[in-house]
Amino acid sequence: MFDDFFTRALVAGIGLAITVGPLGCFVIWRRMAYFGDTMAHSALLGVALSLLLDLNLMLSVFIVAAAVSLLLLLLQKRGALSTDALLGILSHSSLSIGLVMVAFMTWVRIDLVGFLFGDILAVSEADIDLVWGGGILVLAAIVYLWRPLLASTVNPELAEAEGLQPERARLYFMLLMALVIAIAMKIVGILLITSLLIIPAATARRFATSPEIMAVLASVIGALAVTGGLFGSLHFDTPSGPSIVVAAMGLFVLSLLPFGRNRQAETAIHSTHGGHH
Amino acid sequence: MLNFHKSDQAPLVSLNNAGIRRNGRWLVRGVEFSISRGEIVTLIGPNGSGKSTTAKAAIGVLKPDEGWVEKMPGLKVGYVPQKLAIDWTLPLTVERLMTLTGPLKGREVEEALQSTGIAHLARAEVQHLSGGEFQRALLARAIARKPDLLVLDEPVQGVDFSGEIALYDLIKSIRNRTGCGILLISHDLHVVMAETDTVICLNGHVCCRGTPQVVSQSPEYLKLFGSRAAKSLAVYSHDHDHTHLPDGRVLHTDGSITEHCHPDDGHHHDDHAHGDGTHEHVHGPDCGCGHKSRLQGYDTKESGRV
Repeated sequence: MFDDFFTRALVAGIGLAITVGPLGCFVIWRRMAYFGDTMAHSALLGVALSLLLDLNLMLSVFIVAAAVSLLLLLLQKRGALSTDALLGILSHSSLSIGLVMVAFMTWVRIDLVGFLFGDILAVSEADIDLVWGGGILVLAAIVYLWRPLLASTVNPELAEAEGLQPERARLYFMLLMALVIAIAMKIVGILLITSLLIIPAATARRFATSPEIMAVLASVIGALAVTGGLFGSLHFDTPSGPSIVVAAMGLFVLSLLPFGRNRQAETAIHSTHGGHH
Repeated sequence: MLNFHKSDQAPLVSLNNAGIRRNGRWLVRGVEFSISRGEIVTLIGPNGSGKSTTAKAAIGVLKPDEGWVEKMPGLKVGYVPQKLAIDWTLPLTVERLMTLTGPLKGREVEEALQSTGIAHLARAEVQHLSGGEFQRALLARAIARKPDLLVLDEPVQGVDFSGEIALYDLIKSIRNRTGCGILLISHDLHVVMAETDTVICLNGHVCCRGTPQVVSQSPEYLKLFGSRAAKSLAVYSHDHDHTHLPDGRVLHTDGSITEHCHPDDGHHHDDHAHGDGTHEHVHGPDCGCGHKSRLQGYDTKESGRV
């Protein structure tokens, strides 16, 4: 069906962008951008382990990313260091351990640049199935978990008091992140995954009037960025992953232009006005 | 003493000798009370006295480290936390806030907003609300879900005096209309809602408990508050032999000042008043009761803690 490499890249990229949109919203609402980065960086350790133990690549990346997030939870409970510092330690040490391991494995030749920055143009039909299959799974889980996730984002104690089990929601959220990182690695690369999570969601904020609208808009904006980035990369012969991020940033900058501001100002005036009734 | 006047029905929630310990320190200990349907219990006490902690233990957010908490099976809680910061990146209107933890009919949302007087703000983003408006929105959210137990942690913070009276009147009418039990945390040490059935004064433990003195029966307070406020407010006179100072310290009748009061306050006798320095503890050194023995400097940071 998708015999052209460019079409395959487009289909996979758009599928990924739609998947990460809502997840990206939670990442910025919960101020977890650095957390996402940490999980993504740990993916390289997953790559190294998969080569060493001859495991399936995606499975191995998923397991390592999930393990790193659980490790973070444990370390947070001990409370000796700030989350910020813990993330910095986990992020860069897992990335470095991965790089060191790869260097030791002289018998394998891997395309490191491909893992770090993605190789969307080498996407196979099997990858497309995985992106869309995994994407539908992730989106279905988010729809199912939406209320507890959103409520515990606003206030975990409120969610707990009113029977929504925020701890469970948080655990599932981390597993979903790990899954998305495993899926996304091949397309945008380890170093750029978080940007695809955050930039479209941040762009969507300017136009969203509810959390649900923001999630959908983030998906749409992400898909636009992927499309724009891929065409740009074809036209200017630039690397595809970074081109997608540049396109996403371009859309974000557009959202900062006055039409975005007017809307904000309107809302502000409206509510101030309302306050005087 | 426990409030038994509604003992014919099982309480919504009851705390039995409950204590919460964090980092080796008892935040609150030996708490006993229960809330029944239609009953209003007010917790008072200085900052850091364990009011919020006690409320969180009552609704199951914190698990007690000693004692136990019994909840009626299937208890539906409506909670207004003391602090709630909603990130700017989250687009949330007042209307959407209402259905945060469970679905509601449009009519229910409208009613709740109307009863708290913010129906006109339904479409405003919560980040644009003033402190008082936000507090009303949180209260509206909690009552819209028709809870069995309403837990309000300083619901009148940031609300002006007449707004405070209006909110107390609203809370009273919610109780009368729905018959829910209400656990109210007051920001004021002496003035509580007139409808309160039981006032529990906390300071790391239950200092004393009792019923408030209704302001409208006392001419001097009537003059102080005005006749409208007098119907809604009540004064709680602490019937123990010490006074809580605004900074959380405790002034005893013998003139000594300590960080906290003794766990057995309310049962104080002259023969073992503070200040003798030899008073015996019935519990561990980290009980947080702030006795003379642990007043040598490091304990001072604890006062004023929120």
